[in-house]
Amino acid sequence: MDYVFDFSFLESFRSEIINGVRLTVMLTVVSILPGFALGTACAVGRLYGPRWLQTAITIYIEAIRNTPLIIQVFWLFFGLTVLGARIGPFNAAVIALVINTGAYSAEIMRAGFQAIPKGQLEAANCLAMTRRQIFWNIQLPQAAELVYPALVSQFILMMLATSIMSQISVEELTGVGYQVQSITFRGFDVYLVIAVLYLALATMLRLCLHGAAQLAFTRLRKLRTPL
Amino acid sequence: MLGVSLDQYGFLVQGAFWTVVLSLMGFVGGTIVGLPVALARISRGWFLCRASSLYVQFVQGIPLPVIMFVVYFGVSIYGFDVNALVAAAIAMTLYSSAYLGEIWKGCIQAVPKTQWEAGECLALTNLQRFIYIILPQALRIAVPPTVGFLVQIVKNTSYSVVIGFFDLTYSAKILNNATFKPFVIFTAAALIYFAICFPLSRYARRFELRLHRRNA
Repeated sequence: MDYVFDFSFLESFRSEIINGVRLTVMLTVVSILPGFALGTACAVGRLYGPRWLQTAITIYIEAIRNTPLIIQVFWLFFGLTVLGARIGPFNAAVIALVINTGAYSAEIMRAGFQAIPKGQLEAANCLAMTRRQIFWNIQLPQAAELVYPALVSQFILMMLATSIMSQISVEELTGVGYQVQSITFRGFDVYLVIAVLYLALATMLRLCLHGAAQLAFTRLRKLRTPL
Repeated sequence: MLGVSLDQYGFLVQGAFWTVVLSLMGFVGGTIVGLPVALARISRGWFLCRASSLYVQFVQGIPLPVIMFVVYFGVSIYGFDVNALVAAAIAMTLYSSAYLGEIWKGCIQAVPKTQWEAGECLALTNLQRFIYIILPQALRIAVPPTVGFLVQIVKNTSYSVVIGFFDLTYSAKILNNATFKPFVIFTAAALIYFAICFPLSRYARRFELRLHRRNA
């Protein structure tokens, strides 16, 4: 069996591939922070909110975590079109990613909030900090730092999950790959390159998130010890 | 019902059947490949350890749809006429073996080190220690995360839609194109997925609680 690889499409489709990478990165970057914020809000609501809010958030989290992302995307994209709201595929993709990541990071952050030693809260109370101060200065930084590795994995999974968005005509990296292979008929070669690009993107995202941790967590930066 | 005929719901159920088939194939394949991966990850041999760790990092760094495409086009260049089910099953095997290998590695390592040492004191060989002492304990630890990962497998079979495998997502997509009732159809599909995944999630959580209680 001799198969001759032909990577000449890298030359002829360079700008398409670069655009695909750009779109994948855009989807990821735009969705991470709102997704994390939504997740944190849900974690707080589920832990400290009134009963009805807790129930609502639990239903949201279980519904999202037990159905595939692609069904959520289809539901949102085609559903909104039927309702007459034309928001465009890119926006639909971002909204779906935020809702999806929100549910997953809510569970992660909840574990973080629960893992904070009780003495921290008692100490904060002794210092006469208000509820708001305790949350922003004591609970949130510690919870985020405790579960940061899990969050990083979740965000990388989210980046990989953007590859499904070509199904609603957002031409990110995987979608570009499909176009290129349908013109060149070199499906195997094209997707090998796409796979390598995703590996590189995942590695880069991991490095960036670790860099972000150094910036965000003052304690980690100064002491350089795990919490 | 809601503008969608019973036949069409039946079509969804047909798709759901193939989703379950593919999930089972992925899980069985993932177990067969994942167990050696887990063993290689904890082995003391430099090569085995590096190679398996690279394998896991590769698979975990590539999106499943891309793995599906690579397998789909990769098998066909060898002259086999691939059917989408075979390609999807191979891709699911690759994907789940990496994750299961990593999960089980953690479970084996979670068995206290003193258990290995005690086995050594009893003059058991390496293999005996592993089979009679470590494995039974690791299996008990492994049940909750493995059941939890089953949920991921079921959900991620939906990515096989990119290579045109007829599963629940694909049948929902076709129905939506035919009837254009997205809310009804995708809600029905989501409910079927939920009906499969939610009991598994609950089981995983219950097993985990029981395990914690026993250890406490």
